[in-house]
Amino acid sequence: MSTLKIDNLYVSVEDKLILKGINLVVNTGEVHALMGPNGNGKSTLLSAIMGHPKYRIEKGSIFLDNIDILALSVDERSKAGLFLGMQYPTEVSGVTNADFLRAALNSHLEKPISLFKFIKQLDKEVEKLKMKPDLAHRYLNEGFSGGEKKRNEMLHMNLLKPKFALLDEIDSGLDVDALQIVSDTINEMRSEHFGAIIVSHYERLFDLVKPTHVHILVDGKIVKSGNQELVTKIDTEGYEWIKEELDIDIINESI
Amino acid sequence: MNNEIPVNEEYEYGFYDKDVDVYKTAKGINEDVIKEISKQKNEPEWMLAFRLKAYQHFINTKMPEWGADLSSLNFDDFTYFIKSTKKQTSNWDNVDTTIKDTFNKLGLLDAEKEHLGGISTQYESEVVYHNMLKEVIEKGVIFLDTDSALREYPELFKKYFNTVVPYTDNKFAALNGAVWSGGSFIYVPKNVTLDKPLQSYFRINSEEMGQFERTLIIVDEGADVHYVEGCTAPVHAKDSLHAAVVEIIILKGGKCRYSTVQNWSNNIINLVTKRALVKEHASMEWIDGNIGSNITMKYPACLLAGEYAKGTTISIAVASHNMYLDAGSKMIHLAPHTSSNIVSKSIARHGGKVNYRGLVSINNKALNSKAKVECDTLLLDDISTSDTIPNNIVKNNKSYIEHEATVSKVSEEQLFYLQSRGLTIEQATEMIIMGFIEPFTRELPMEYAVELNQLIKMEMEGSIG
Repeated sequence: MSTLKIDNLYVSVEDKLILKGINLVVNTGEVHALMGPNGNGKSTLLSAIMGHPKYRIEKGSIFLDNIDILALSVDERSKAGLFLGMQYPTEVSGVTNADFLRAALNSHLEKPISLFKFIKQLDKEVEKLKMKPDLAHRYLNEGFSGGEKKRNEMLHMNLLKPKFALLDEIDSGLDVDALQIVSDTINEMRSEHFGAIIVSHYERLFDLVKPTHVHILVDGKIVKSGNQELVTKIDTEGYEWIKEELDIDIINESI
Repeated sequence: MNNEIPVNEEYEYGFYDKDVDVYKTAKGINEDVIKEISKQKNEPEWMLAFRLKAYQHFINTKMPEWGADLSSLNFDDFTYFIKSTKKQTSNWDNVDTTIKDTFNKLGLLDAEKEHLGGISTQYESEVVYHNMLKEVIEKGVIFLDTDSALREYPELFKKYFNTVVPYTDNKFAALNGAVWSGGSFIYVPKNVTLDKPLQSYFRINSEEMGQFERTLIIVDEGADVHYVEGCTAPVHAKDSLHAAVVEIIILKGGKCRYSTVQNWSNNIINLVTKRALVKEHASMEWIDGNIGSNITMKYPACLLAGEYAKGTTISIAVASHNMYLDAGSKMIHLAPHTSSNIVSKSIARHGGKVNYRGLVSINNKALNSKAKVECDTLLLDDISTSDTIPNNIVKNNKSYIEHEATVSKVSEEQLFYLQSRGLTIEQATEMIIMGFIEPFTRELPMEYAVELNQLIKMEMEGSIG
């Protein structure tokens, strides 16, 4: 079993403090749902764990077992077993998805995978995700639809087999069929060797991927933790009740 | 101009040979030097007269006042003619061992065996080795060094020489006219298609040497040829000058592709005039890679002179420390239904300067013509610079030019994305750069694309941090 332990984490962006003391322990075998109104720090938390240079760590620590994650570069974090499935995967022109994936996969392996073996594995995963076969050979995310990008993130996760996946609104912009495929992919990954933190606004995802833990993040802090019932309550009642229950102000940038 | 030793210590081809020359002219240029070159080559009278006329034009023409600063170029510093072998050969065993070793190190002997229909290697001023496949000869293709072509095919030579790039075109075309030596002469007969490319390789060995090859390619009606040239030079403390002229004539329905990977060391001043005359339904493609040199000014051009003629330039330029690359392309539309496409990719790092300078002109007779220009620049740091200087002119209202230009940096988001999947920052940067120039590399034959990728990777090492 592995453990991802976030301790008293403070993170700022362009001198604005976003995360104000996050404490979170995720073990492999667990799936943590992270919910909360927009603009309260959910994406910031995931990006900061992965090491995005825009986010400055002011205080606190992140450990993957006994590895000090904050001391590692982004690629070292990936090699240590972290994976960030992005909300808006970036496009890279001229680099094919397959070439990039092979380089990424090789960076995780001691001995490079043979081209033949790689293509076989890739084709299998592409089929499982019901992706168009040519997506593997098109330029990375270029001209992909929103849904194709998300499925492509799942493809990357599947091949890289992280210990902990950080999935940022992986369900946004997906139709019912695609949502099912993405959920199946995550569920298939679930084991005692895999844990996840999943950010989403929607109950429909957490109906398909049942979280073991649910947290609500407001104004840079986890203000409430619970189980799946919390998801249902948010889906029906929104976040207003938390404000009253905890007597806090909620920033909601989407309003 | 360039007194410090270039900093790029990774330049793989920077070694130089001891002097192997059998004859060279005295330093500097004057009428005696020109007469001596002509005498050495045992040329017809008309060529000497041409050289002297070109020389007069050279001394009466001002330096270009745009692009790189050439004010410290002193024409008396250079040696204009160095002969390295008494006799050209088609057997490597007869080539001076020093020279043969050099070309072997450059990978030419292997390339000849595997990929080429014919090869010509020029060392300093003249071609030292020349050979072509039997099946290419049997098709009636003429592939010679230009000096030999003047002797062996005087009529064909005279008919086309100086017709596309006249010596009056610019100062360096005039200089080339006066002292030209070596280069390739190709004639592809009607409807002949060559499966394998023909290649020339140009090597400058000495410092303060001037290389002035002259290439003339004639593609007859319906014929098709791919010509590849490569060039390198040693790393010296003092500059050498490379001022070539390339003239191409493509007759009705013919096709020519001219691929260059210019990899001069950082002490070469590279001022080249390349131009193709493209007749009806014919097509010209310039695949032009500029990785090295101290200064490069080069704008491969197409004169689209017949209906439905087509011109394409796909180029990359990579400028590093102490480099000034001013490159681009010219497309001159002279007939109806002509089309042209320019794709230019420029990269600058370590304070290098890279400009795109181009001209697209659609004249009043070139009705229903279209042109597209796309120039993208990637800056790898804050001290490198770039300018885009397009010049687009349409003189009739039935034609149009599309122009797109971007200047970008390797973005933080792209790097983060690639790194988050396990690539180091160096690998990620390299991958983004390779992707950026992919429109160029995909046009190169496989083996050159691989070589080019290696070169760029070498050039990019240490780009980060």
